Amino acid sequence: MAGLAAALGSGAMTNAVSEIGEAACIFVIGSNTSAAHPIIGRQIARAVKQGAKLIAADPRRTVLRRMADVWIRHEPGTDVALLNAMARVIIKKKLFDTSFVEERCEGFEAFEAAVKDGDLAEAEQITSVPAQKIVEAARMYATFSPATILYAMGITQHSHGTDNVRAVANLALLTGNLGKPSSGVNPLRGQNNVQGACDMGALPNVLPGYQKVEDQNIRKKFEKAWNCQLNPSPGLVLTELFESVHAGNVKALYIMGENPMVSEANTSFVQEAISHLELLVVQDLFLTETAQMADVVLPAASFAEKDGTFTNTERRVQRVRKAIEPVGNSLPDWVIIRDLAKNMGAKGFDFNSPEEIMEEIRGLTPSYGGITYGRISKVGLQWPCPDLDHPGTPYLFAEKFSTPSGRGQFAPLSYTPPAEVVSHEYPFILTTRRSYFHFHSTLSRKVDGMNVLRGEERVEINPVDAAPLEIEDGDAVKVTSKRGTVQAKAKITQTTPPGVISMTFHYPETRTNLLTHGALDPVAKIPEFKVCAVKVEREIDFGTQYLGWGTGKIG
Amino acid sequence: MTNNISLTINGLDVKVPEGATILEAAQSAGVYIPTLCYCPGLTSEGACRICLVKIEKKKKLHPACRTPVEDGMVVITDDAEIDQVRRVTLELILSDHDFNCLLCPKSGTCRLQALVNHIGFDERRFNRLNRVAKDLPVDTSNPFFDFNPNKCIHCGICIRTCREIVGVDAINMAYRGYDLKVSTFGDQPFKESACVSCGECVERCPVGALIPKDVKHPTREVKTICAYCGVGCGLYLGVRGGTIVKARGDHSNPVNRGELCVRGRSGYRFVNSPDRLSSPLVRAYDPLESKPQGINGAPEAGKPLTRPLVKERGEFVEVSWDQAIKYLASTLVHYKGDQFAALSSAKCTNEENYLFQKFVRVVMGTNNIDHCARL
Repeated sequence: MAGLAAALGSGAMTNAVSEIGEAACIFVIGSNTSAAHPIIGRQIARAVKQGAKLIAADPRRTVLRRMADVWIRHEPGTDVALLNAMARVIIKKKLFDTSFVEERCEGFEAFEAAVKDGDLAEAEQITSVPAQKIVEAARMYATFSPATILYAMGITQHSHGTDNVRAVANLALLTGNLGKPSSGVNPLRGQNNVQGACDMGALPNVLPGYQKVEDQNIRKKFEKAWNCQLNPSPGLVLTELFESVHAGNVKALYIMGENPMVSEANTSFVQEAISHLELLVVQDLFLTETAQMADVVLPAASFAEKDGTFTNTERRVQRVRKAIEPVGNSLPDWVIIRDLAKNMGAKGFDFNSPEEIMEEIRGLTPSYGGITYGRISKVGLQWPCPDLDHPGTPYLFAEKFSTPSGRGQFAPLSYTPPAEVVSHEYPFILTTRRSYFHFHSTLSRKVDGMNVLRGEERVEINPVDAAPLEIEDGDAVKVTSKRGTVQAKAKITQTTPPGVISMTFHYPETRTNLLTHGALDPVAKIPEFKVCAVKVEREIDFGTQYLGWGTGKIG
Repeated sequence: MTNNISLTINGLDVKVPEGATILEAAQSAGVYIPTLCYCPGLTSEGACRICLVKIEKKKKLHPACRTPVEDGMVVITDDAEIDQVRRVTLELILSDHDFNCLLCPKSGTCRLQALVNHIGFDERRFNRLNRVAKDLPVDTSNPFFDFNPNKCIHCGICIRTCREIVGVDAINMAYRGYDLKVSTFGDQPFKESACVSCGECVERCPVGALIPKDVKHPTREVKTICAYCGVGCGLYLGVRGGTIVKARGDHSNPVNRGELCVRGRSGYRFVNSPDRLSSPLVRAYDPLESKPQGINGAPEAGKPLTRPLVKERGEFVEVSWDQAIKYLASTLVHYKGDQFAALSSAKCTNEENYLFQKFVRVVMGTNNIDHCARL
């Protein structure tokens, strides 16, 4: 999100979900929308039926590919090379929006210069995409307007994720596809309230509303409102945090509703780090893998047992309502935090309802200024919504961008290969994916039916790769990276291209993130979940191997 | 759109925009035309022939759901002849249907039942028509719904839903004549097919052929938002006796407009999972009594817990909220500043995230707070 913030001034989806249906061209890159965001996937399908052009770029053969006008199967981690090549085609063929670039953007010259050297043949070699396809996609994106770009973790979860995002933003700026309906750059957010958690300042460098901790005036405003003294130095980001824990600098860790033991990259390191802690507090619905290591476990109530608001991927703040009483002896998270704060003698935590908290948020967060429970009782509002009469903002940047200069920022970029490349020992690229039936590691795994539908990890591997390894569909395989080994059953499928295997990370039994590595994007500090080098072996059961001796197969 | 086409339905003057069907025109005028295979939001197939109407100066009867209006059209939706035709059509549909209305979970909301009430049928003739009841196996492979082909009326709503709304195309009609049935590719069980279990077809099935497992009708519904992905679909959670028994899409929500995926429709079940934590847990000293300052009282000031004692010998002990909060408060006091860090949650509400970061910044005096935005 840091990349988008630098380019446009805000890291959120620029346009509303309902506008996707009216777009003339949809460019989906690094998002298996039909599985991760099914409802948006259906919108895309409907738009295509009504005549919209669809460009799908994904190394994996996703469902979208079936309806796409152009399907680009680039090598994992080569997005910048692909997007730069597209930009080059658009500039060379003079398909870009000159007036938009001149009036509303900055840095075009440098960008043009960076893009110009290099040619299509080189891009073809890096991405393995035929040059003809790159030209076709670029033409399509530039000529059908409005065009919208949707992307997800396939773009961001790289050691150069920020570059990827800026490359995406470059394309939109170049073609003037910003600041109008059905266009824009749209990162599809993962968790139900990941947008809201960011908005609320659950980040180490910003206070609510993305107001910088380092800014003295901002701090003053909050210090006055909260009647306290604020720490001026930004904190640790999650991915750096565990290194700090490991080194003994952080001694106590309080985790609310998260399971880093399964979801973090390189989890064996996380596990070791956690064992160095003096105090680990986990507040969760279940005794998760992380909670099992805790000193204090606090049972929290689920979304159905409390009131509040979630902010969705299109910045819409919506009401969550209590349907049932908290299960067992659990309590809503806000009650736990309030009681704890009060018990520690803190002032300013006397809230009797989430609505009272929202009133305080409203006063301190400009983009939420006009959001009250009364106004969002039927339909949610999209921020920015600065005052009580403001109708909310379906699409951003209609007038100007939120960058300091008010102009969109081009970024000259060059392609950097992924942090870990395949070697003789680790010849495959592992890329993580998500299943239709599960969501991260905990909630859906507690639904029996979901486990009936997808009860175990399946390693997707292309038949071309499976054959020489003598792996058949359903065989147990061992996947090893420099950091660890996991076992799972193989699924032979054309979905994954040759040279690439793909796994989900929903199953604590098969902790895929033991394999992934902690290489971070230097700006956004996001780990490279989408590319790591591994080797795959057929799991050999010595009892049956003997029976199958000489046949080349397990007996 | 302007209402530029005028026609008469049962003597009433009706004005509708061009391209509307007779059925839509009738609905806008408040005239009821019985339908079975018609479903708003899907293309009309005219498969059931229940909505047949008479158009003056035209020979045959025409299906209202598929016939576009024309200027000056004179339509009659019910007279003796139409009633007769509809009754026979209905009797033919019923003749293949597995009657077990009392035990059918669809009873009361079944569109076929409603039609029998509206159109009526001749019992004697029906008994002559009635064949030996079909006895096809019920597909119970999917964990969230069952498919009973014996109750299917071949309206095709499920097929159109899967094609037009979900875009998966997991089912279609298979076989011929009397053997015609809704089937997955290769007639596999639903669980093995391309079906994504979203339940949109189950929601729209007019009869009891596609039916959710363990149907329990809720006693009240609560409007809320799904807790899975970032799309933020509107939900109605159905509650009965303190547990959630149903989830359905909220049609007024601009994001999902009433649609849901498998996680939204069936994923709520984690809420009442038996694995839910029900009480605060604290790692106890061993033995508990010998360290009274541990859980039952606060540790002495300036003496934080020492790790080995807690981690290596501790077992989880259930404590009351009061004890847990007091214990935690007195322990956290020793970790103020940058030696403390917190992970907030993208699953929690805005209010909770706000309060948590406020707690970390104000009470603990550090900016070490983050959440899983990058995962």
